[in-house]
Amino acid sequence: MRELEFRPKSKIRELLGEKFILLNALVALIAILLIFIFIFKEALPIFTDPEIMQEASVDKLMLKQSFYEGQEPRFSWQPNSSVPKYSLFPLFLGTLKAALVAMLFAVPLGVGAAIYSSEFASRRMREIIKPTIELLAAIPSVVLGFFALIVLASLFQEIFGLTFRLNAINAGIALGLAVVPVIFTVAEDAMTSVPQSLREAAIALGANPWQVSITMVFPAAMPGIAAGVVLGFGRAIGETMIVLMASGNAAIISWSFVESVRTFSATIAAELAEVVFGSAHYSVLFFIGTILFIFTFIINLGGDIVLFRLKERMQGKSK
Amino acid sequence: MKKVFLAMMLMAAVSVMAATTITIKGSDTLVRLGQRWAEEYMKKNPEAVIQVSGGGSGTGIAALLNGTTDICESSRDMKAKEHDLAKKNGINPYRVTVALDGIAVFLHETNPVNELTFAQLKGIYTGSITNWKEVGGPDTRIIVYGRENNSGTYVFYKEHVLDDEDYSDYTQTLPGTAAVVNAVAKDKFGIGYGGIAWAKGVKFAAVRKNDSSTAVIPSMETVINGTYPISRELYWFFNGTPTGDLKNLVNWALSVEGQKVAEEVDYIPLPRELAEKNLVK
Repeated sequence: MRELEFRPKSKIRELLGEKFILLNALVALIAILLIFIFIFKEALPIFTDPEIMQEASVDKLMLKQSFYEGQEPRFSWQPNSSVPKYSLFPLFLGTLKAALVAMLFAVPLGVGAAIYSSEFASRRMREIIKPTIELLAAIPSVVLGFFALIVLASLFQEIFGLTFRLNAINAGIALGLAVVPVIFTVAEDAMTSVPQSLREAAIALGANPWQVSITMVFPAAMPGIAAGVVLGFGRAIGETMIVLMASGNAAIISWSFVESVRTFSATIAAELAEVVFGSAHYSVLFFIGTILFIFTFIINLGGDIVLFRLKERMQGKSK
Repeated sequence: MKKVFLAMMLMAAVSVMAATTITIKGSDTLVRLGQRWAEEYMKKNPEAVIQVSGGGSGTGIAALLNGTTDICESSRDMKAKEHDLAKKNGINPYRVTVALDGIAVFLHETNPVNELTFAQLKGIYTGSITNWKEVGGPDTRIIVYGRENNSGTYVFYKEHVLDDEDYSDYTQTLPGTAAVVNAVAKDKFGIGYGGIAWAKGVKFAAVRKNDSSTAVIPSMETVINGTYPISRELYWFFNGTPTGDLKNLVNWALSVEGQKVAEEVDYIPLPRELAEKNLVK
């Protein structure tokens, strides 16, 4: 047996090796930066090109417009009209509604399953549950979308007597199915990594298993659980195929959750293949991409900050 | 020795592919027909390799203009904008009508409404008619389904039935005619539109051009004889007049045999004299 030893043969090799690893780390960073620059560059004409601004300037995208003479100002997404209309608000509302339903569905389910799996399940049970839920993440989203379009939609319509088969709830719950494994995996890992000594201390003080998990493990694992929820929300906002198939894609202004929604991501997926390069419609779609990018970036950043604060508090570093 | 052999194999494979690979791309309405034609043609001409994909007429035209497809299948004519872009890109579109299609209006099988006029269809799709009772049905909301705006069917229907007005915001758009048919088949108060080749599990509404004309159900005969009011031509676009393999393929598709294949998969064959007129010389 040769003794294991790491000794670089030369300084240059060591330097090269280090630089190579650094490059690997930078690739992801550079890729994100390049993607953002590309998307933003294609969206830029909305701010600069006078011809495109006539059809789609920022205020036209954001505010109510009267598109025909004498028409009451309203929001409308009709990019293929003889008078193209590019209000983003209906899409924004749709994205939010679908994501909200998804989170309302997935957070209790994902976190609940994580508590059960890490605190209460027998080892054997846990070994069944964990891979099964994680398998849910392996289902292609187009399959989930199709399932929602064909099965879920009819089921909900029959149970609740809904007017619209395809609606925010249907799309949101299908989205939720995709989000559950994200939340579950991260939350479960966070809870299992709470030190056993803490659990034992609580038990020694006379706490029953329920008290241990709810008053001790759950708060201690809070940063991880919060991270899972944030990641899940990011997925819910960005997911495309499920909402494209299950939501009905009608760009309407309505606070009702049983009416159809059209989301940002589904709009890009449905329309980008057809647009004429360099047209106003093209730029608007890239602008939507920019918004989505910034949106998820802020969510992740916010999640990180919350996580950091929580960690500090849990470790008793802040007051 | 082994290496030389491998290299030769590779070269042979490349040259075979380069010689006869034909790509067809475009309309989702036409993709099934394109595939069947490709299969039959490849059976007869084993050396030919044809790849067919969908994506929508707009996608196909964009591909033709970018020079990434040999044949673009389209269920609508090219727009002036696209002709301009073609000129700019040095592409010279050559259009051949390869089949006919009727756009049917789908209703749920239990829907008591059987016929609709153009004015009623326009009202339903622009949002001025929202209840079935306004067109002689039960007192319930009309659930309107349509296609995504990258579809040739979407554009054709908008121009011919809606007089180019906007679809109602409440129109639920779905990717593909199959999804529309599926949604209407499951929705008692739904209405949708799409090529007549697709309908399974839904019923066709008879359509009247105006109040005085008779209602016509879409079918092979009524589209060919021109009595069904929502019908259209389906096109193949080439870059320049097709020659060689492309010419053989399109002329075969227009032949009696090719048109019979179209009929087998529920598209509507061209009347014989029109097909012959369209042959590439």
